[in-house]
Amino acid sequence: MPNINEIATYANDNADKLGIKKFDIYGSTVDETTVQVDQGEPKQVKASNRSVVTVRVWNEDNTMGVTSTTDVDPKGLELALKTAYEASFFGVKENVPDFSPEATIPIPNTPHDKATQAPVSVLIERLVLAEKELLVAHPAIKQVPYNGLAQRDIDRFYLNSDGAVRTESHSLASVYLYSTTEEEGKKPRSGGALRINRSLDNLDIDGCIKETAEKTISHLNYEKIKTGKYRVVFSPEAFLSLLGAFSNLFNAQNILDKQSLSTPDDLGKQIASPLLSVYDDALHPENIGAETFDGEGTPTRQVSIIENGVLTGFLHSAGTAKRMNAKPTGNASIGAKVNVSPNFFHVFAAASPEQELSLETAENVIFVDDLHALHAGVKSLQGSFSLPFDGWIINKGVRTSIESATIAGDFLELLNSIIYVEKEVELTPGGVAPKVWVDGLSITGE
Amino acid sequence: MLTSTLLLSNQLPTLQYSSTTERFDETWEAPLATLLGLGRAAGADFIEFFLERRNYINCLAEDDTITGISPSLGTGAGVRVFRGKADCYVSTNDLSFSGLKAALEKGLSILGLNLPAPNAFIPEINLELLRDYATKSGKDGWLSLCSSIREMGEVLLDGTAKLKQKARHIQSRRANYFRDWQEVLVAASDGTFARDIRLTQSVGFSLLCADGANRASIGERAGNTSDANFLRTWDYQQAADQIAESAGKMLYADYVESGTYPIIMANHFGGVIFHEACGHLLETTQIERNTTPFADKKGEKIAHESLTAWDEGRSENAFGTIDMDDEGMPAQRTLLIEKGVLKNFLADRAGSSRTGHPRTGSGRRQNYTFAAASRMRNTYIAPGEYITEDLFASVDKGIYCKKMGGGSVGATGQFNFSVDEAYLIENGKITKPLKGAILIGEAKEIMNKISMCSQDLEVAPGFCGSVSGSIYTTVGQPHIKVDSITVGGR
Repeated sequence: MPNINEIATYANDNADKLGIKKFDIYGSTVDETTVQVDQGEPKQVKASNRSVVTVRVWNEDNTMGVTSTTDVDPKGLELALKTAYEASFFGVKENVPDFSPEATIPIPNTPHDKATQAPVSVLIERLVLAEKELLVAHPAIKQVPYNGLAQRDIDRFYLNSDGAVRTESHSLASVYLYSTTEEEGKKPRSGGALRINRSLDNLDIDGCIKETAEKTISHLNYEKIKTGKYRVVFSPEAFLSLLGAFSNLFNAQNILDKQSLSTPDDLGKQIASPLLSVYDDALHPENIGAETFDGEGTPTRQVSIIENGVLTGFLHSAGTAKRMNAKPTGNASIGAKVNVSPNFFHVFAAASPEQELSLETAENVIFVDDLHALHAGVKSLQGSFSLPFDGWIINKGVRTSIESATIAGDFLELLNSIIYVEKEVELTPGGVAPKVWVDGLSITGE
Repeated sequence: MLTSTLLLSNQLPTLQYSSTTERFDETWEAPLATLLGLGRAAGADFIEFFLERRNYINCLAEDDTITGISPSLGTGAGVRVFRGKADCYVSTNDLSFSGLKAALEKGLSILGLNLPAPNAFIPEINLELLRDYATKSGKDGWLSLCSSIREMGEVLLDGTAKLKQKARHIQSRRANYFRDWQEVLVAASDGTFARDIRLTQSVGFSLLCADGANRASIGERAGNTSDANFLRTWDYQQAADQIAESAGKMLYADYVESGTYPIIMANHFGGVIFHEACGHLLETTQIERNTTPFADKKGEKIAHESLTAWDEGRSENAFGTIDMDDEGMPAQRTLLIEKGVLKNFLADRAGSSRTGHPRTGSGRRQNYTFAAASRMRNTYIAPGEYITEDLFASVDKGIYCKKMGGGSVGATGQFNFSVDEAYLIENGKITKPLKGAILIGEAKEIMNKISMCSQDLEVAPGFCGSVSGSIYTTVGQPHIKVDSITVGGR
């Protein structure tokens, strides 16, 4: 398997050979190992060493074509370049994607450090132990049907025919545990947790076990909830799930495509409670898998999206930035049609609330821990959502698990109905956020 | 062709094979037989190689412009090694003999197995004669017969122009097409040696209409396997008519009032209810994880007696059709439920060995980076005895779910799915459009509440995500009545 430098060299050489004058290439390789266990035994171990490269080629008429390939030997890359060149004659003639003006800006502190990969036997040993500890955490916990311990090394590069060359490397380790219960006369209940770190040695497996056990046990005593309007507290993960699902609000490409709840004129408008601020911050210190450049080679950075409830910025590619007289923000992928997506959200309290709220004293509030089926229940272009969730009804600190309920609403209304943003933020896979309190959301139970 | 089996381990580094990655043919027999033998000599109980080539292209039209042509080429292989109940899966882009050998060695070492000592005898595996479904069925020429890039663009632009004519209050209109051509080769230490080509295509519209604060976004997609002419025969006029009509009705629809209702679910994509509420729970993958309430119910009544359901590998041209599964087993027609009684599970190789249920040709995977797992193919509820009007006539107040969105099922059997187009039923008649509905329930309970099935079975293409990635499947059913279900809304 060629390494990242060899792949870049092959691609460069083949472009020269084919007489392609203008091109750029983005590629990555992933070397990963994942283990699963079942009742104390390894169930499946997966190892993978794979590469993918995307090439963009501009022809003499300055229209652009693209091709991706996993065949990264010289012959495969030559075919990809040829295919991209052929596709270029069918490329768009207006707003043709171009190199990012920031693709050659130096990036300080590009990571190239990798953790030492642990032997598979160590991964299995630690996961078996985690499963065992979870199974003894409570007599009702009978299974850990979904579990996984993974370590991966990731190398990325971007280069273009104007001389841009970027590379970076990093390592990630993650653990996922999800346990289910069996109790006579009761429905099975479940709970799960995830932890990520740069290396296995620093991975908080104990914390993952503890959180999984606590969540699962907390769902043992469950009740139906009456349908109605409730004060709802979103966990950091649940709030970030919704924010991500409606990210067309600040996605410049979506806005230009009229596939958004926002328009270009919405910058500066109040779209949320003044209590809320949101950044997209790829370089946030808590972002374990931080990437320093995007698919177009643009350096990533902190981007202000919402300040005190006011829409302050959009996420841009090089192309959308040019069209909207802005700067690229490091949120682009590479492709025939360049997509824009968030990197890492940072949600935080922006102003002092009129009153401090607490789950210890609040009466009959719904705590939404985890939202399900966002792919089905979110209508991102309509602004509406209707989603099943895991959560509890909490009354003065006493929590009772909720059985089979959905939460529904309009996201823009939700943003404006925020009554409290807690101070303390928590790390999740998609960003950092505090708990967010919202008034008057529809819950369907019985 | 029989090959020599007198191979010593120290000869491995000098072996030269001339297999081509441009076609998975008989030239792969010798290297794969050698590698399989090497794996067995190392002590593995079973080894399987899965080789894949892919040629994919996506074309996107937005309003009156083609805005994306995205080809993607891929090659790769996965090797699965079993030792006792444990197995491991290693994938790689490197299809050279040394690349595949390195992947095998990694798999063996993960399971604690060592390569044979120098001068050890490597018992080459005798593979069966290549079962070549592609050549046998004339699939080798499929790729060249598919629509060119120019043709893709023309069809999609005609389609979006038709949408412009048909719909009102348009904010954006899109047509999207993809063609996924895949060649696979499977070789395993039980002698399996099989090749196939799959051709999957899909095309559809998505439409966003807005009038003040009222918004409606709706999509419609057609899909096909096995027909290189699919795009040329797509009836985009009819599709544009349907989607424009749906968007028009949903634009001013009220939000559904949440509660518990009887519902009538339309045929076609309505079949997602069975897919989520029951189909996934009949995969041996779920038995292995103990995440299905039906694990020990074979032969028992698990559903209303009106319900019979099938999962087929080879429905003509359907989206989930395969001649062989991704473990090289011929696909079969599997009766899942007959008049409410559970008859069979869907089993892959690992699932079969771990649960005892016979393999059904259901081992499927998104690509070479995934090990195969038991997955659905073309799954549908069989036609019943009623006419659709009977179902409506039985409902005083309920909801007609005409067009379903996606859904999911959790580890405890709780499922949910959204409704893209719904109507209120009052006294047996449709009275007004509704939006924002999501249906939730428990598999065990809902299966006994599907009390009426009409005669008008129709199937629809879908994408199913699970442990072995996203795969193409068919869902389907006639109109059905569910006696009561929780409907989430506002």
